[in-house]
Formats: sequence, C-alpha cells, structure tokens
Amino acid sequence: MKKYISFFRLRLVMGLQYRSAAVAGMVTQFFWGFMEIMMFQAFYEADPAAFPMTGRGLAAYIWLQQAFLAFFETWSIDWEIFSDILSGNIAYELCRPIHIYDMWFSRNVGNRLARGALRCLPILLVAVLLPEPYGLRAPASIPNLFLFIMTLILGLLVLVALIMVLYVMTCYTLSSDGLRALFSSVVDFFAGAVIPLPFFPAGMRRIMEVLPFAALQNVPLRVYSGDLTGPELLRAIALQFFWLVVLIGIGKFLCLKAERRAVIQGG
Amino acid sequence: MNQKVFHTGALKLYGKYVSIIVKSAMQYRASFIMFVFGRFFVSFNVFLGIFFMFQRFHSVKGFSYREVLLCFSIVLLEFSLAEMYARGFDVFPSMVRQGDFDRILLRPRSAVLQVLGSRFELTRLGAFVQSIVMFVYAVWTGGVRWTFSKIAALSLMLICGSALFTSMFMIGAAFSFFTLERLEFMNVFTDAAREYGKYPLGIYGKKLLWITTFLLPYALVQYYPLLYLLDRRDSILYVFLPLPAALFLIPAYLFWRVGVRHYKSTGS
Repeated sequence: MKKYISFFRLRLVMGLQYRSAAVAGMVTQFFWGFMEIMMFQAFYEADPAAFPMTGRGLAAYIWLQQAFLAFFETWSIDWEIFSDILSGNIAYELCRPIHIYDMWFSRNVGNRLARGALRCLPILLVAVLLPEPYGLRAPASIPNLFLFIMTLILGLLVLVALIMVLYVMTCYTLSSDGLRALFSSVVDFFAGAVIPLPFFPAGMRRIMEVLPFAALQNVPLRVYSGDLTGPELLRAIALQFFWLVVLIGIGKFLCLKAERRAVIQGG
Repeated sequence: MNQKVFHTGALKLYGKYVSIIVKSAMQYRASFIMFVFGRFFVSFNVFLGIFFMFQRFHSVKGFSYREVLLCFSIVLLEFSLAEMYARGFDVFPSMVRQGDFDRILLRPRSAVLQVLGSRFELTRLGAFVQSIVMFVYAVWTGGVRWTFSKIAALSLMLICGSALFTSMFMIGAAFSFFTLERLEFMNVFTDAAREYGKYPLGIYGKKLLWITTFLLPYALVQYYPLLYLLDRRDSILYVFLPLPAALFLIPAYLFWRVGVRHYKSTGS
C-alpha cells in the first residue's frame, strides 16, 4: 500500500507545479460557468414551471462542476500510460514488484486531485461573491456539505475506475484515439455534463440514473444544494459504491489478462 | 526569380500540403476511421443537449426549436470550416516552442501559408460531415421562405463567420510568440463562441449582445442575419452585417506580423 501512496503523492506534487496553467484554466472555466448560467436563465424565463431544479440548485451545480472539472473531465488522460503502452516501456513497469493496475490507478487519482485542488478554491471564492441568481450559495445544511465531499471523492474514484478500463483496453487495440473520443462523448452525455440529468424526460432519466455514468458528477453536484435527498440519495450513494467495485473488478480482470498475453512493442 | 513567379501556385502548394497529410493519415486507416467516428459524436452531444432542452421548454426568448437548430448548424459549419483549414494555428504554439518556426522562416514562401499547411485536420472530418448533415437538415426543416437576399445573407454568414473564427485562431497563435505556450483562455474566443453560439446570442441578455456586436463581432455573423432569415427584421442592411466581421482578419494579421517580428527562436 505504501508504494501506491507514494505514486499518488508524486503525482500530487508534480501536478501542483503547474500554477500558471491553472490560472489560465480558471479564467476559461469561469467564463464557461457564467455563459452556462445565462443560458439556463434564458430557459427559466421561457417557462419557469418546466424548470426541474431551483435556480440556486442549478447555480450550485454549474459552479461546482467548473470548480471540480479536473475530477470529472473525460478528455484529459494520463498520456504517459498511452505512450508507455505504445513505445513498449510498459515492459519496465511490468518488471517492477507492483501491480500495474494499482499503480496507474493511484497515479491518476493523484493527478486529478492536484489539478482540482489548484483550481477549485479561486473559482468557488468568486462564485460565492456573485449576486443572485448567478452566485453559489451555502450548502443546504452541514450534513449536505459532508455528503457532498464524500460523494465527490466517490465520484472521482468511479471515474478513474472507468477510465482505467479504457487504458487497459488500449493494451489490446493499441490505437486509442477513436476509442477515447467515443468514450468521452458517451460518458459526458450520460453523466450530466452536457445538461444535468433532471432536465431529461422522466422515462429516459430512470434508465440513466442506474448507469455507472450517473455515479460520477451527478451525485455530488446535486447533493450540495439538496436537489438529491432521501431514498433517492441513498440509492445514488449505494450505486456509487456498487459501480466502483464492479468497475475496478472489470479493470483488474482485463489487466490481468492483458499482462498474460502482453506482446511488447519493440524499440 | 521575380516576386510574381514566387507567388503563383500558393493554392497549389497548399493542395500539396493537404495531399501529403491525407496520405500519411491513410497509413493508419482503422484508427483514422475510429477517430472520425468519435469526433462525430462529440459535436452530436451539443445537438442532443439542444434537443432535450426543447423537449422540456418549447421556446427560448421567442425562438423555436427549429429556429435554434438553424442557428446552431450555421455556427457549427462556420466553425468547422475554419477549423479544417486553420487548425495549424491552433497547434502553432508547439511549433514555436520546439523551434520549428525557424525552418518556416527560412523557406521562401509565406509563413501564414506554411502554418496553414502544417495541419489539415482530416480527423475533424467527422465534425465537418456532421455539421454539413446538420446544416442540410436544419435548412430543410427550418421553415425559412428562401429568397435571393436570404441566400446571400446565409452565404455571407458562412464565409465571414469562418473568416472570423480564423482570425481568432490567428490571434491565439500570435500570442504564443510572446508566451511560448498555448493560452487556454483563447478557447473563450473560439470554442466557447461555437459552444454558446448554438443559441441566438440575443438570449444571453443585452450586455453580451453588446460585447458580441462591437468587441468580438460574433453577433454579426450569427444573431443579426439570423433575424433576417427568420423574418424578424426586413431591412436589407442585415444581409451585409457579416461583412464587417470579416474585417477582423486585418487586425489579426497585423498582430501576427508584430508577433513574427518579435519572434526569437527558442533554440531547441
């Protein structure tokens, strides 16, 4: 366990070095968040009765989404893993007395945590200062805040577990571009990154909510404002645990098989 | 050799660049097809977003679903046209950082042409094909009564719109002469304009409309001529509003020139 924690720490420290990139990223994210809220605002004015969330709930959803974008973005990946697989350097990794799955997993969590930690505070700070209806307000209650943090971390772990399946599949397909583009668009759509899940028609939403993609950002971003409560919330958290175990299981299984039949790309 | 001989065949040279890129992409055919397919879905997500929003709300600030779809498809086509041929500017920062721009300056052809030719995004073909399909569908079902002046307005929107996006790509590239890095905030002027240009810019309120009219003239290639297409305005002036937006190419080019003059090789 200790060695994986050091992989995790290594990545965390490395990621914290990129401060100027973080500033540029924050400006962009701030702008996107603002545009997003203005867009929903226009729809709200068109028909307030049809709006499935409260104005505050939606503002919280969008600002937290922007603040913790690094946790859930699907298109940013660990390039080193791909280049290791393609260049054959993975042979060295396989020689080490570690499990490659666990190493990749902890590296990825470290990466995302570092990027998120750098960016979230300034965005949250500015979002809190914005006037109604654009601003981020306090969480619905203290327990909601704790639930938010818990489901946020669970969501991050589920995403990394999901992405791990993609990495391991690259060992089979070698070319990852197409797979990645497809993966990222499907996950974004079903996770509520395009529009939050409450905006979908009821029938479709019921299906979407049990898929692993709903166990990502959908849960924490809605828990914060109290949009997700009661039995629905319990079910969502249970599903987060369920998908985490299942996805890690699938990833580890595929990884084990890939290791057995590994053909190293020479060079 | 005189200057004239030098410049004939700029288009031919560009064609040559493109054909080389096509050939090299075709060496990895399966990967190429997968990627085109993947890209198709990326912009399809935006469409799905609009579709499901309109399942719930039937109009936004007086615009119906098919009107918004027309708006979205026009902006998407403007963007993907620009992206296809001007993507070289987008990867330009890495060219500066690695010192590749030295080589370009040494060659006896225009630097802009060479940068354009350095990348011809075949992989964006998926997005391009999708935007064409979307465009044909939206024009077909949009319920616009087409007249000669409306077709002229639409053509000007597409030409000047892609020119505007190109200027933004160029400005982003020129910045990297000073910063040596790709500036993420330039996305605000290109990607965000495409993303939020899916709805008529008027829905975001007066302030944003003002900014996109006078500072970053996206409303000139989107909102105002769209109003003309949809019979909300009938002054012929609206047909020609996209033209001033294309003038954005001039300051963009000048800024690029300043950048080139300022260029110091990184030496790597």
